[in-house]
Amino acid sequence: MANPVKFLTRTRGNGLGGLHWTDWLSYFYLFCGVLLMFLPVIWLGFSSFKTEADLLRFPPRLLPMAQETIVVDGYDDPLPLYRIKGGEHEGKTLAQIRRIGIIAQMVDPAVPDERLKINIKEREPIESFRLATENYTELFEKFNFGRYLWNSVFITATATIIMLIVNSMAAFALSKYQFKGRTVVLALVIGTLMIPQTVVLVPLFLISKELYLTDSLWGVIIPGAATPTGVFLLRQYMLTIPDEILDAARMDKASEWKIFWRIILPLSAPAIAVLAILAIMWRWNDFLWPLIVLSDSNNFTLQLALNAFQGDLNTQWSNLLAMTMLVLLPIAIVFAFLQKYIATGIASTGGK
Amino acid sequence: MLAVLNPLMRLIEVPMKWMQDILGLKNPAWLFLLPNLILFGLFAFLPVIINFVYSFTGSDGILLADRPYVGSRNFDYLLDCSSYLDPNSCRDDFFWRAVHNTILFVILQVGLMVGFSLLTAIVLNRKIRARGFFRSVFFFPVLLSPVVVALIWKWILQREGVLNAWLEAVGLDSFNWLLDPSWAFGWSVFLSIWAHMGFYTLILLAGLQAIPRDVYEAAMMDRASPWRVFRRITLPLLMPTMLVVLVLALIKGVQTFDEIFAFTGGGPGSATTFIIQYIYNTGFAGTPRLFGLASAASIMLAIVLVILTFAQLWANRKNVDG
Repeated sequence: MANPVKFLTRTRGNGLGGLHWTDWLSYFYLFCGVLLMFLPVIWLGFSSFKTEADLLRFPPRLLPMAQETIVVDGYDDPLPLYRIKGGEHEGKTLAQIRRIGIIAQMVDPAVPDERLKINIKEREPIESFRLATENYTELFEKFNFGRYLWNSVFITATATIIMLIVNSMAAFALSKYQFKGRTVVLALVIGTLMIPQTVVLVPLFLISKELYLTDSLWGVIIPGAATPTGVFLLRQYMLTIPDEILDAARMDKASEWKIFWRIILPLSAPAIAVLAILAIMWRWNDFLWPLIVLSDSNNFTLQLALNAFQGDLNTQWSNLLAMTMLVLLPIAIVFAFLQKYIATGIASTGGK
Repeated sequence: MLAVLNPLMRLIEVPMKWMQDILGLKNPAWLFLLPNLILFGLFAFLPVIINFVYSFTGSDGILLADRPYVGSRNFDYLLDCSSYLDPNSCRDDFFWRAVHNTILFVILQVGLMVGFSLLTAIVLNRKIRARGFFRSVFFFPVLLSPVVVALIWKWILQREGVLNAWLEAVGLDSFNWLLDPSWAFGWSVFLSIWAHMGFYTLILLAGLQAIPRDVYEAAMMDRASPWRVFRRITLPLLMPTMLVVLVLALIKGVQTFDEIFAFTGGGPGSATTFIIQYIYNTGFAGTPRLFGLASAASIMLAIVLVILTFAQLWANRKNVDG
């Protein structure tokens, strides 16, 4: 080991010794990327546990801290604690009753009867690490959060199941049957690629209204249930399943539906899993169509509720951040476990 | 999941089998296609037709019976400009502001995003440690919901936000970023790039990895400089993928709405109002609800999107062939 530095810094790749300057540049770029992509989310996560006062603190800190309080005899509310760092009471720990200008009225918790007047410059708050979990619990108590959560979960689950069934049926027909008009149907499916929801919002709303779907969760679920992406993804996969298996099943007098359900679906599991993950993500994050079709706030999804709350001046950032975290969390968990599938799924379908 | 699906599937089997037996269908393909075709018909093709009809009608009724035929009045209103370059000279200046904003936004966003995605993909394609980790870091924001993305950055950029705190910490003045039209627009571009670049990076990375190694080895034999290798090998061989990425980004960029709507609400003024928001505002958010006008604007957007989608299919084909 003639040169330990060289040994420690050599890269897997070039094997010729130390890091080339372009390697340093690459790592620097990636490091900046990590900061830019992750830091906001992590900071938000920590901040969602801060009290409103701590959120407004300047300069901001990463960890949530809260001032300690103490219950003093003769006072109804808990009083905030301060450490005195100057003047005649130096070193004592006092509780503040109220503040008038630059003078704070304080009391020694041990001697509750005696009121002391302290210059506010001579005290500093005693703080400790504390998670303001009330940011989260308040969402359920005051903000009807459970309702929105249920709406979102219901829509996501139902829509995903319906979409998988409907799309896999069509994919089965388009991959395993020869029939007149197959090319026409395939062309039609491609045609729908050219009709994103965004360009037919008005008629879509009219049709949903005529079918009594507006302002109901089904109005969010049904119109997006058939997707060209889903049909294509599944069809491509089902084409690889050999037809002999189907013929064997037909010999045994299996109905076509049984063939589809008992043979084709299990064999297409990988593709279905990819599509399921995509569908869950689309539905969970869906925004524009729910915004149009749902107007009663009882039917709001989490995304709509979050957007409505952020526009409401009475909403505090502490609650809003907690809500953001809860909306973000399921996706983050799915991402952590199924990262590989998501990446390949999205890459193979072109997003939406 | 299976506990729900199994009985459900058994339930569907009854009518399906019945139809197969009664109708004597040897080939029940249409039966399997039916639900999908009904949904496509009702929620994709029928809307296109209705959209055309709507765009030639007026008033604020939602039912077609309540809507009188007005000819091309909606289109005339939208296109009535003495100069298309100046939204102020247009009858519907809001529409043209949205069009201008969208064009500028798409140029900036797509250009910068594809640039950064390419750079990131190239860096990730090098022999680096923890590549999987870095790749997922860049990809992570793609999964976040638009509202969450908007809120994260709105919170950072607000008056008492983290960015201003840092600025003050280094002695600069804090600034109300989202109340200034140009800055709000700039941050919208940034936010959109932040949220979506991971997706394009992924595609470009796959494209880079598909370039055969021996081409590079041959170049190394010839002692080609890294820049020359990039110019003469990487770029040309990556071109088909770049094309796909570019068209995809354009299609999505033109339809930008969710995150910007939650981020700025289209403001300040109309600085970050894009074409989808114009449709939303005219057709759904404002009173009276001008469905005809919104439909007319939708059709103009649809024309752009159809052209781009054909470009996408063409680019995809080129990618497969090349």
